[in-house]
Amino acid sequence: MSTSTESPAIELQALDELWFQVSGTLCNLECTHCFISCSPHNDSFGYLSLGEVERRLEESVPFGVKEYYFTGGEPFLNKELVPMLAATLEYGPATVLTNATVLKPQWLRELRAAEERSLYSLEFRVSIDGPSAEMNDPIRGERTFERAMQGVQLLVEHGFLPIITMTRTWDEADDVTILDQFRDVLRGRGYTRPRLKVLPRLQIGAEAQRTQGYADHDVVTHEMLRDYDQSQLICAHSRVVTDRGIYVCPILLDSPAALMGDTLNEATAPFALQRGACYTCYQYGAICTNPSSHVVEQQRGGENDL
Amino acid sequence: MHFAVFGGLYNNYLALQAAIDDACRAGAEALYCLGDMGAFGPYPDRVFPLLRDHRVICIQGNYDNSIGNGLADCQCGYTDPRDNYFAKLSYDYTYANTSMENRRWLRDLPSEHRMEIDGARFLMCHGSPRKTNEFLWESTTSTQFLEKLADDFGADVILATHTGIHWRRELSGGRQFANVGVLGRPENDGRNVVWYALIRTGRDVAGAGIDIQFVPLEYDHQRLAREMRDESLPEEFVTTILTGWWTTCLEVLPSKERRRGQF
Repeated sequence: MSTSTESPAIELQALDELWFQVSGTLCNLECTHCFISCSPHNDSFGYLSLGEVERRLEESVPFGVKEYYFTGGEPFLNKELVPMLAATLEYGPATVLTNATVLKPQWLRELRAAEERSLYSLEFRVSIDGPSAEMNDPIRGERTFERAMQGVQLLVEHGFLPIITMTRTWDEADDVTILDQFRDVLRGRGYTRPRLKVLPRLQIGAEAQRTQGYADHDVVTHEMLRDYDQSQLICAHSRVVTDRGIYVCPILLDSPAALMGDTLNEATAPFALQRGACYTCYQYGAICTNPSSHVVEQQRGGENDL
Repeated sequence: MHFAVFGGLYNNYLALQAAIDDACRAGAEALYCLGDMGAFGPYPDRVFPLLRDHRVICIQGNYDNSIGNGLADCQCGYTDPRDNYFAKLSYDYTYANTSMENRRWLRDLPSEHRMEIDGARFLMCHGSPRKTNEFLWESTTSTQFLEKLADDFGADVILATHTGIHWRRELSGGRQFANVGVLGRPENDGRNVVWYALIRTGRDVAGAGIDIQFVPLEYDHQRLAREMRDESLPEEFVTTILTGWWTTCLEVLPSKERRRGQF
């Protein structure tokens, strides 16, 4: 029985999303806000193999996994990513989180064909941190805005509708203006129905150096969870396959306590919300899933007497 | 048995009347509605007498929960500011034009309906059996997920709505999932029709099992468009009724469903 001084533990309600940390912490970029400090040299987590992904897909079926997500690092550094995604589309919908700077037309042709064969959607989430090189490049690196926009154009030419995902490094009140600007820029590049998603900053990893880490009081308490819909928390419905085993969520890879076990069965234990990043997840809810799977907290009735 | 299941009505009382007539002509012995009576269309109070007079068995959608309990928004789960802008316009109009009596009726609707017919366990819900406002799109819902829902909730047939586009998946052991579509607006396919489901079981099925047919329904959409303009509802909504293409609330669509539309 937990006491009020311990961190609250969140049960895995259902394994709705299975993530693959498919290129580990290896990335061709070195973004200054990366919450797991990915870089060309950070091999603290390594690549997954096609065989490992296929084994985990099969393992995931009895859990009723609804969707699969692929992240890194930069997933396309893994040379087996295209067959991995094609294999996944036989099990369910797949989403890949990419910086879109290393895409090749041949891969996109194969992936488009795989999606056409499948019942399910293949989504690309492309990270670009603002509608201009002036906003994006200081964070993601020189010329990365232009390179990523070329990647977006390539995706659009191949019939995909990428979701441009940006980390909010501006005031939240400016969201509408920035989203409008970004839509105009994307339309100017031939992406006529741009899809956009804004993510909150996670003040861990490189971001803790760029700005600041979490304060001691940035924690989720038992009281905060009273009348709170826990399905808003990623750990209530996700787990992540890495080359070191199953972790609780794609954000907390640097936390030893987030390693849940070697098998999905071992990884179903409740998870204690001890980290500052858990506080951001609590505040914003469902930050890692796609808009099509976003479920808002259901409110209780009876606020107004009729 | 032979029965009809309607999805979200979105105030479209003209489509509801047409669907009731169509289902009765087809021989339906019972009528069901899976919730979201309000939104989008004109004159919210006009669907309620039809539902009551024709003894339509109704369950509560997220919209009904919101209107019934006087909540601030529709709990639809839109993530985009433009989508939320249109959702709020629609919600405020519907709330202001739903009588107190009808709000109470919405508040008291059950969140699911279960029944056993000819040996099959039916579970009717709004979004999913586990959550009223969960979107179950065809291209983002794996088969193993549906199998687990059927196991966990002890159902042979699960019927839902909420997304606005009909689809069906066969599961193991003859079980099925169906999203029955909605009567409220067309399906983002460039056609003016709206959709509902006719379901036959037992002796009403040639052979065995459960037969689910999706029915495209014509109704007086020109009149609906005129009345929406009379009520100063957004021209974007009117365009959807007249063209069959969605113009708002598009950001929640997965890519396969989004690609099929024009916007």
